[in-house]
Amino acid sequence: MQSEAEAPVVEPRDVEAAAVEIDGVEVSYGAVQALRGVTLRVAPGEIVAVVGPSGCGKSTLLELVCGLIEPDAGRVRAGAAALMPQRDALLPWLSALDNAALALRVAGVARASARAAAHEHFAAFGLEGFERARPAALSGGMRQRVAFLRTLLAGRPVLCLDEPFGALDALTRLQMQRWLEGALAREPRTVLLVTHDVEEAVLLADRVALLSPRPGRIVSVLDVALPRPRARDARAVVELRERALGVLGADAAVSAGNGALNDSAPEPRS
Amino acid sequence: MTAALALLALVGGWEALVRLGGVDPLILPAPTQVLDALWEDRSLLAPDLWATTYEVVIGLGAAVLAGAALAVAMHLSPALRRALRPLVIGSQAVPVPVIAPLVILVLGFGLAPKVLLVALVCFFPITINLYDGLRAADPDARRLLRSLQASRWQALRLVEAPAALPNAFTGLKVAAAVAVIGAVFAEWAGAERGLGRALLTANGQLETARAFAATLLLFLLAIALYGACALLERRVVDWTPRTGPGGP
Repeated sequence: MQSEAEAPVVEPRDVEAAAVEIDGVEVSYGAVQALRGVTLRVAPGEIVAVVGPSGCGKSTLLELVCGLIEPDAGRVRAGAAALMPQRDALLPWLSALDNAALALRVAGVARASARAAAHEHFAAFGLEGFERARPAALSGGMRQRVAFLRTLLAGRPVLCLDEPFGALDALTRLQMQRWLEGALAREPRTVLLVTHDVEEAVLLADRVALLSPRPGRIVSVLDVALPRPRARDARAVVELRERALGVLGADAAVSAGNGALNDSAPEPRS
Repeated sequence: MTAALALLALVGGWEALVRLGGVDPLILPAPTQVLDALWEDRSLLAPDLWATTYEVVIGLGAAVLAGAALAVAMHLSPALRRALRPLVIGSQAVPVPVIAPLVILVLGFGLAPKVLLVALVCFFPITINLYDGLRAADPDARRLLRSLQASRWQALRLVEAPAALPNAFTGLKVAAAVAVIGAVFAEWAGAERGLGRALLTANGQLETARAFAATLLLFLLAIALYGACALLERRVVDWTPRTGPGGP
């Protein structure tokens, strides 16, 4: 952990340590089965999106990869993973700079060097001038960028992004999707991106895994063999999006043109 | 503004009641008579005010230290939580006027028994509020720290303790408001100086106006302490919006 902290934001050194292998995993919370027989592989440097309705166990999948929970059955092997939780989880009493540097502080880096390391990225992240701003003073998009920088600075080869743009308005979300695409091109990582937005998945990912409603099973994996950057109105993107929605059985439930699945019912856990 | 008006109405009504209703000033002196006594006896009351302020501030400080230590210990250790919770709650059932003489008997007439009794009255709201605050930290932030393999100490220092500060200040303000009660009871049980002591002697000498003047000083002391804590809170907890929902 210490060595990772001293060399933040570098290309993952050990390629094998950057892979994720999930084999026949089952997870239950009491009587509720969250995941049933999920098998998913993410190659080093690959971006895989996991799409499904609310409560299908998407977040549980990330918790498994980050080692926060153990599966009831099956096996998870993954390189060291950094989690970007749903709702940025920025600490409201810390400045943007200190929030971005949090992972480094936890890894034992001294405050001044952690801040300096975080500050190097502020310009590229469009955060320059907001170093001392508290999260409450930042826009939604900026908060997500701070949270993403914090995740990146954890120096881990695998990133687990849990609905990173779920709380943003449509326009900001589009901008942030483009921004994330660029950021990952500059800082390649193995990425597991959980989202309920099919369009977001098709725009950003190399492959899209489609999960069924609870208990979550992978019903299909789509290859998105399209050059980047992808336009959301490109024919191939639209076709893939419609195919994914068809597989998820959402044709009837979702109005055409809207890529996001509606949340069907209140869920005890997303 | 409305507070000032309410106070004015109360004091005005009181003055009118005593002056026009012919109430014996030995039983209820008019506000002007109380102010008179406060001015006349200022050299008598000033050392008492100073003594009580000293006891209360030291006692409150001791309560903060003890209360914070208890809350953190109960937060970190389930065993300590089970062991200490009944004692912490039970401590509030202890009738301070009854045990004050015992404490004086053991600890003497000095500062120690006053500090102990003030701290006994004050530590409970501090402990309970801080304890609740430590548990109320954002679960997402906790998960984040766990995913970073943060130690228990790091989770406490980086997330739980700052998140608990608004609650801790609520406890501190409650404690500041009730602290003078502990000091007064302690002084009643035995003291050379202090506003509680002044109250007792003034009552004995039928100096009702002076007793009221001492009470007025206690009243002002509690308000000043509360105000100081609120001011400190605004300086320390500077990330939550003053009004409206939100905060950690």
